[in-house]
Amino acid sequence: MNVDYRDHQTALTLSKKIGEQVRKHGKEIKIMHVCGTHEASITRFGVRSLLPDNLKVVMGPGCPVCITPQGEIDAAIKMAKDGITVATYGDLMRVPGTDGSLADSGGDVHIVGSVTHAIELANKTSGDVVFVAVGFETTAPTTSVALLQTLPSNFSIMCSHRLIPPALRWLLERVSESGAQIDGFLLPGHVCTIIGLRPFEEFSVPQVVAGFEPNDVLYGLYLIVKQIANGENKVENAYPRVVHYEGNVKAQALMRRTFDVVDLEWRGFPVIPQSGYAIKHAFASYDAQLRYSLDFTSREVKTGCICNLVLQGLRVPTDCKLFAKVCAPHKAVGPCMVSGEGACNIWYKNR
Amino acid sequence: MCLAIPAEVIKVEGNKGVVDYGGLEQEINLDLVEDVHPGDYVLIHVGFAIEKLSKEAALETLAIFKELEELEQENA
Ligand code: SF4
Ligand code: SF4
Repeated sequence: MNVDYRDHQTALTLSKKIGEQVRKHGKEIKIMHVCGTHEASITRFGVRSLLPDNLKVVMGPGCPVCITPQGEIDAAIKMAKDGITVATYGDLMRVPGTDGSLADSGGDVHIVGSVTHAIELANKTSGDVVFVAVGFETTAPTTSVALLQTLPSNFSIMCSHRLIPPALRWLLERVSESGAQIDGFLLPGHVCTIIGLRPFEEFSVPQVVAGFEPNDVLYGLYLIVKQIANGENKVENAYPRVVHYEGNVKAQALMRRTFDVVDLEWRGFPVIPQSGYAIKHAFASYDAQLRYSLDFTSREVKTGCICNLVLQGLRVPTDCKLFAKVCAPHKAVGPCMVSGEGACNIWYKNR
Repeated sequence: MCLAIPAEVIKVEGNKGVVDYGGLEQEINLDLVEDVHPGDYVLIHVGFAIEKLSKEAALETLAIFKELEELEQENA
């Protein structure tokens, strides 16, 4: 199956058809995707080299690790330093806070592949265990499942989940003032697996849900440029082998039962209205933010990092003066270089 | 962290399942999907099945690509 989604002849055909539509439109087109997995596929398989010069594909705020603000990283580090066991997904470990990362906090910090493993950890110890829950809609329902279980009393969750559609709304609303150009969105396949297509219908730009094989991405881009050339604004599904129009209704119901939608800051962005989840009051005893009175305020540090502009799709990693000189995966200055799904990290590895 | 990977379910017990990642067995949680049986394919993200996958839909996407290619040959 993989072979065909990567078949070179198909890729060339799609590339040619994309070129035809872009020529038909006659102006430069800029498409944003919001998914680290899309960027990895695009970069690794050289998808950009198959696109005409006047079709630009940029990555927006698509990596949940990169957009987790410094204040939340600092709060997690503080817990670790205070003797609380902190469990989280691997990528978060090395993200720089104001002063160091979780990995060099000296505390009891564990990488887990699932919230289930964090709960098992709490069952094995008497000390307090906090699971730092990052991730978009793809990941949030797994935290919901955890909250609805009978949890050990020494376990709680620091909720850092964020939502994609409010970030897209924010970006579109500011297109005129920020100077960004967004002619369409390549929608993240796995976020849409959960929330479906409906939440994107309010946006009046062409949008296509795409899978992650290079030809999935090319086909998604083809459908977007075709809409642009024809002056259409639709939400199309180019990933029907996984994504359904309504999404995963069961997961959505679990999220509604466990989370309230709140205004939250994103790294590289100010507070985005209604853009994230907070744990509902009914589960307050498992909310680490309340249990340990965590302070999420971010303090500004000047490093020269332009991650904020990269995350808004205004710049690409190589525009950063620090890229590959001062900033590299083993000595990352900004979050986009740390996470395996960060744009700078992906560009570095494929430079 | 965000990767979601398809795998075949080989065992189901209540809300727990075991999948086969090409020889490597892994326990997964099934609370986010319904009506999963051994032999089904699911998409797995951070230890949870987040969607059932239909083989037919996969073939459909492949067919779209094939069509594009045929179109191309006709045009040529
Ligand atoms: S290269 Fe490093 S410093 Fe520059 S934007 Fe990327 S992460 Fe930030
Ligand atoms: S969470 Fe989903 S949309 Fe986001 S980077 Fe990962 S795979 Fe892509």
